[in-house]
This record gives sequence, structure tokens and C-alpha cells, in this order.
Amino acid sequence: MLRKIRTAVAIIVIAILTFGFLDISGILDNPWLQKIQFGPALLSLSVVTLVCLIAATLIFGRLYCSVVCPLGIFQDFFNWLSRKSDKKKKFGYKPEQPWLRWGVLAVLVIAWICGFTFLVGLVEPYSAYGRMADELFKPVYLFGNNLLAAISEKTGSYRFFKVIISLKSISAFVVALLTLFIIGHISYHHGRTWCNTICPVGTLLGFFSRFSLLRIRIDKDKCNHCLACQRKCKAYCIDSKNQQIDYSRCVDCFDCIDSCKQKAIYYGPVKCGKPEPVQLTDTVDESKRQFLKSSLVIAALAPAALEAKVTGKKDDRVPMSPPGSISHKNLLQHCTSCHLCVSKCPSHVLKPAGLEYGLGGIMQPVMRFDDGYCNYDCNLCSQVCPAGAIKPLTVEQKHSTQPGRVVFNKDICVVNVNRTSCGACAEHCPVQAIHMVPFEGGLTIPETTPDLCVGCGGCEFICPVKAVHIEGNPVHLEAKAPEQDTNIQTQDFDFGF
Amino acid sequence: MNRNFFPILATVYKLYYKYLLTIMDRRDFLKTLAAAGAIVSVKSSGMMDVMASTLPSGSPAAASDNADLAAIMNGEPAAMLEAAMKELGGMGRFIKKGDKIVIKPNIGWDRTPELAGNTNPDLLVALIKMCQDAGAAEIKVFDHTCDNWTRCYDHSGIEAAVKKAGATMVHAHEQSSYQQVDIPNAKTLKNALVHKAIIECDKWINVPVLKNHGGALMTCAMKNHMGIVWDRRAFHSRGLHQCIADICTYKPAVLHIVDAYRTVATNGPQGRSASDVVLTKALFASPDIVAVDTAAGKFFTQVNKSIRFEDIEHIPDAQKLGLGTMDLESINVKRVRL
Repeated sequence: MLRKIRTAVAIIVIAILTFGFLDISGILDNPWLQKIQFGPALLSLSVVTLVCLIAATLIFGRLYCSVVCPLGIFQDFFNWLSRKSDKKKKFGYKPEQPWLRWGVLAVLVIAWICGFTFLVGLVEPYSAYGRMADELFKPVYLFGNNLLAAISEKTGSYRFFKVIISLKSISAFVVALLTLFIIGHISYHHGRTWCNTICPVGTLLGFFSRFSLLRIRIDKDKCNHCLACQRKCKAYCIDSKNQQIDYSRCVDCFDCIDSCKQKAIYYGPVKCGKPEPVQLTDTVDESKRQFLKSSLVIAALAPAALEAKVTGKKDDRVPMSPPGSISHKNLLQHCTSCHLCVSKCPSHVLKPAGLEYGLGGIMQPVMRFDDGYCNYDCNLCSQVCPAGAIKPLTVEQKHSTQPGRVVFNKDICVVNVNRTSCGACAEHCPVQAIHMVPFEGGLTIPETTPDLCVGCGGCEFICPVKAVHIEGNPVHLEAKAPEQDTNIQTQDFDFGF
Repeated sequence: MNRNFFPILATVYKLYYKYLLTIMDRRDFLKTLAAAGAIVSVKSSGMMDVMASTLPSGSPAAASDNADLAAIMNGEPAAMLEAAMKELGGMGRFIKKGDKIVIKPNIGWDRTPELAGNTNPDLLVALIKMCQDAGAAEIKVFDHTCDNWTRCYDHSGIEAAVKKAGATMVHAHEQSSYQQVDIPNAKTLKNALVHKAIIECDKWINVPVLKNHGGALMTCAMKNHMGIVWDRRAFHSRGLHQCIADICTYKPAVLHIVDAYRTVATNGPQGRSASDVVLTKALFASPDIVAVDTAAGKFFTQVNKSIRFEDIEHIPDAQKLGLGTMDLESINVKRVRL
């Protein structure tokens, strides 16, 4: 029964969460399930979420890993698939690998401190799933949508509309694909091994779940050591022989409860005054220790070395981080590259970065104006970010935020070169940071007032020769409010002809 | 790197799409779905015939006291439209029973009606009613927006108003909605991708909003044609004024109705704030695009005195192409103050 409830909740959660990424209709513009994910909550230090999640773990155990974490649910799906294809599939008991778990966590912490957030984002489970949703599932969803739109258009209905399906970034696509295959493979063959060895959230919550109030318990009198539960346990945490369970790895999937014919295994509170012994199999492997030591050293040194290498890169344009991200540094510290902002950006401006922010910031969102420009009145990315990498902005606050500034190159402007009128840049500028001033023979040519610029990129997007572009501000500045115009007549008109 | 990869992905999708269709046919799986999909992929071959048979008859009717140009002031949008159509001889002069009509407003910007970046929705509602009363079989409304199209359609109030009035709001944000056409009378823009709704309709009505424009100085009936083509950048790189005049020769609208109820006087075409907008309460209507832009242009230079009418090059350019006359003395102009 518990297992069925767990499954049902998990399916609902992953459906809503995934739809939060896929939705293009604006129904889920405030995807709250994304905001209660442990990884982003930790990086944004949202105390309320963290306290709630840890308290929930102290009460219920690692239920989070079974019903909230999308990557966990995703793995359970693969596990279910493997069981469908092989009914006799058996797990067993394996001792915990504390050195591996905590070693990975230590490496990630050090990497994060060194500004190598890329590595954290790579294994942070919600973000890993988010990237799969955005890079892999979304194109399929949009393809279906476009088919539907094409059909409805033929019937004369314009209820559905076609959308552009594009590859946002090769690196992010490859990473998402690798995540799908690697985690899919591990979960298909080895259950929740990923969650109990690599996953940093699994390690942290595992620490708290050792002390959880409610937990899977074995009734020692009823148990006949049939090993049924142990064989079912995808976390490899039930030692049926010794009637012990490693609670740091148990994800509360309740598969074992259904498997026990003796009804000897159940989910219930710890008996007061008689704490369950915490089992720690501490057989240290010297080679493993060596590996961890060396990886720690590499993690400490790599970012510095790589950054030195990257600073000499050929593209010398300063990248532009989304409005609300405050600075490149802030983005680097908090963003786990879940790509929710990338997925939600209605103008297709936010793209996963390549090496613009350096190696540590690969896949973090960067503004590019190849497919569109940032809508003046849109603040969606700042509203959806669960990690505090893009701080929430009101529309008014966004209007006075300057993530980048306009740069005009008169030498290649069509007005100057072809002596024809244009003004596309000024036309698209919402604040007249580019405006047209008299040029030769009744023509007008752009003139910039960069202090007014909000870095929306409208000018860069529309310019037929790319004579204007936006240069990012590593630390965002304030855009000045435009002055009011007084040179217009507001009443007493005649026809004029 | 991305740009190189995208065509490959597009090809993959296309192949997958074809594969999907064959699967559907073979297994007789969701027959209707496959059939509808197949129609989409097949290029409509009858298109050229339709184009040839629907050449416009836009020249103003002679031998009657119907006005060639109606200029109305001091009214609400719907009332001014009614007055203008009365002077012009009624909607029946321009459209016939059973006609498929397209109404092309300006919906370029993510702006509310008060900021006048787009055509007034009340005017469109009144116009749709008139077309319906004149017996239009089908009324479609669209614009190729500059800002994000869903936001433009929504915040302009136009999508809701049009749907409520019983017309169809058509998408224009995707290249597949456009089709390559030749423009034989053009000087520079010899061909362009034009929206299929314009190509396929019997007659279309151009409903621009009068605004200041950084590059073209003024945007009105002729500039509004940029919303029927896909590639606007080509206009800007090949000479904006000539290209605007060229596209106007493709399939002239039967009627041009200039919304000057509110006018973006400065910082156009978007306007930065309400302080750029003047409540001018005017409307100009004529089947002659050059005459209507001349009238609107002269009106506009009163509102923004820093702009000289002589500098608005695309109007004389269009006259040279024979699209109409700038000489308002030579035509029957009716001026009405409500």
C-alpha cells in the first residue's frame, strides 16, 4: 500500500516538474516543485526550504529521494523497466562505501569553492534531470506540439501554434545525453547505486536519515531470513542475514514491504530508548584512499590552471549574464545549470554557455541574441530560478538593470556605408539608448547613450550588418532613467493639409 | 558551432517526420492524423493560380461623389471609422459578398493600447463588424510582430478583441506561414517571402497606426507593409525606403485606414512611455496609399514639429512607382470634425 502511494505521488511529482520545463503555454510559469529541490536550495541558502527538507528527512527518512527528486524518480522508472524485462532480477546486500560518498562530496565542495561550479551542476540530481528535460524531452514535446499545430491549422483553428525547435548548445546537449545514458544504465542494472555513491544530495540526506524517526524496520521474530526483501532492495541496503538495514542508503521506496510474505518488514517509528545500531562497515581500502587524495588535489589545482588557460581565449566579447544575476561571480557561485531559465525564456535569448564564463561556468545561462532579444517587460527567468543565481526582479527593477551596454560601430553601419535609411536598431530600442540623429541629406544615423541601455539586445538582433552589439557587464550596473521629451504639441491640431 | 549543427538537426527532424508519416500510412494508424500531416507537407500547387486571379481593383471609383480620401477628427475610433466610411461610400464599395478578407493592423510591439505602439483594438472591432455586415465570408487578422509575438498579440488587446468580434487571429511568427513571391514592379525588392494569408485572400485592408519612427521618420500605411513579409532585415540592408515602396506594389490593399486616435509623437515606433503619446483623435481612410500617407504625414508633422514632411522619402518613392498621388488637391478629400 505504502509503495503504491509512493509510486503515485512520484508519478504526479515528476509529471508536474517535467511539465514545468516543457510548458510553452504559460500555465506553469511559476514552477514551485523546482523551488523545493535540495541542491538549488542549498546553493541559494534558502533556509526555510532547507530546514523543511532536513526536518522531513529526520522524520520520514530519505523519502525526498523517492518522491521529490526527479532524477530519483527517473531512476526508479529505469529500474521498473528492467524488472519488466527480467522478472527474476535480484539485488543483494552491499556494504556502504563511505569513503567514496564523502570523498565525492568533498571534491564537489572544494570544486565549488574554487569556482568550478560546473562539476557541482553536473551531478546535482535536480539539475541533471532539468538538463535532460530541457535538451532532450523538450524538443520531442515541441515536435508533437508542432504536429498538432499543423493539423489544427489545416482545420482552420489557430489554437495551437508552432514553435522553433533548436539545439541550444552542443555541450549541454551532449552532457544531457550522457547523463541519460550513464544514469539510465546504472539504474537499469544497479538500482539506486548512483544515489548512494556519487549523488551529493543523497550523501547529505543520508547523513540525516540515519537518525530518522520513521524507518523501515524488521520484526526479528517474524523474519525467517528468506532474503526476499534483500533481493528487492535497489539501494542494496538490507542485510537480511543480520537483520540490519543501512538507513543512510535507504530511500524509503517500500519495495521491501510488499516483497515480505511473513509481513516481518514494516515502516514505523523507532522504539524509544533503544536506538537501532548504526552500521558502519569501515574496511578501508588503501588504493581508494589514494584515489580520493589525488582527486582532491586535482580538484584544488585544476580550476586555477584551467582558468589561466581560458583567459587567453579568442572571443574577447564580455558575456552577458541574465538580468537579476547581479554579476558573473554571483552566477558562478549559485547556478547549478538546471536550465529552467533557458527552457522558460520566451524569446530564446538564454543559452547554456560554452566557455564564455570560463570552464567553471560551462552550461550556465548566457544571453545571446541570435534567435531573439530580451523582452523589455519580461522577468520570467528571474522568477523561476530556484538557486538564487538569478535573483527575483520586478518589471520595474528590471527596467533599471543594466547587464550589458550597447556598442556602435559606425564604420559598417548601412546608413554610413550604403547611404540608405535604416534605423532598425533605434526602432527596437525600448529606452532610446540608440536613437537616430540627422546625417547627410535627410538621412538619420544611430547615436548611442549607453547609460540608458538595458542590454536587451534588440538592436544587435535586428541589425542587418551587426554594427551594434551588446557588451556584457561583469558586474551589472544601473540603467539610468530616460529623460522626458518636451518638444511635442499635445493639442490644437488641424488636418495639416 | 551551433549554427552549423542546427541544419543537421533540422534534417534529422525532417527525415523523422517523413518516417513517421510513412509508419502512420502503413499501419493505418490514426488515419486522419497522417492525412492532415501529409497535407501540411505538400506544397499547395494551386497557389499561383489564386494569386493571378485576385489582382486588386484598388483604384478609386470615378464618376461618383464618393470621397477619395476621408479625414476625420475629434471622435472615438469606431465613430470616426463610421464617418469615414460614410464619406467613402460604404464598405460595399471595397468588398463584395463572399470575399475572403485579411485585416492587417500594426501589432509590432509588446505595448498596451494606451501606449499606441499598435493599432487601436476598438477600431479593429468596428472594422470587423463592417466587413461582416458587407458579407465577408472570412476575416483573418495578423501581423509579423517585432517583439515576442504572443506578448504582442496579448498585450495589444488585439487578439482578444478580434476573437470576440468573430474574426480569426492568424499566426505569423514562423517562416512556414510565408511564401516566396515575385514583385515585378519593384525597383530593388524583386521578390520576398509574403504571408500566405495575404497571398490567398481576395482583398485585404491595411490598418496602420500613425507613429514617429527613428529610421523612416514616420510609420504609417506604407511602413505597415513590413509586417506582411518574413525577412525584415533585408529591407534595412537594401535601402529601407525603396523596399517599403516596392512591397506596396505586390498586392495593394483595397483600403487603408490610418489609426491616429493616439499618436506616438517621439521616440517611435515603440515610444518609451506615455509621455511620448499624444491623444490626437484622428483617422484617415483612402484606397490610395500615397494620398493617405501624405495626409497622415502632414498631420503628423504638426504633432512633432522637428520632422519635415519633405524628408519622409518613401512617400515620393511610392508616387514614382505609380501607387497613388501626393497631390491632395487633385483628388476628392472630405474633412469632417465630429
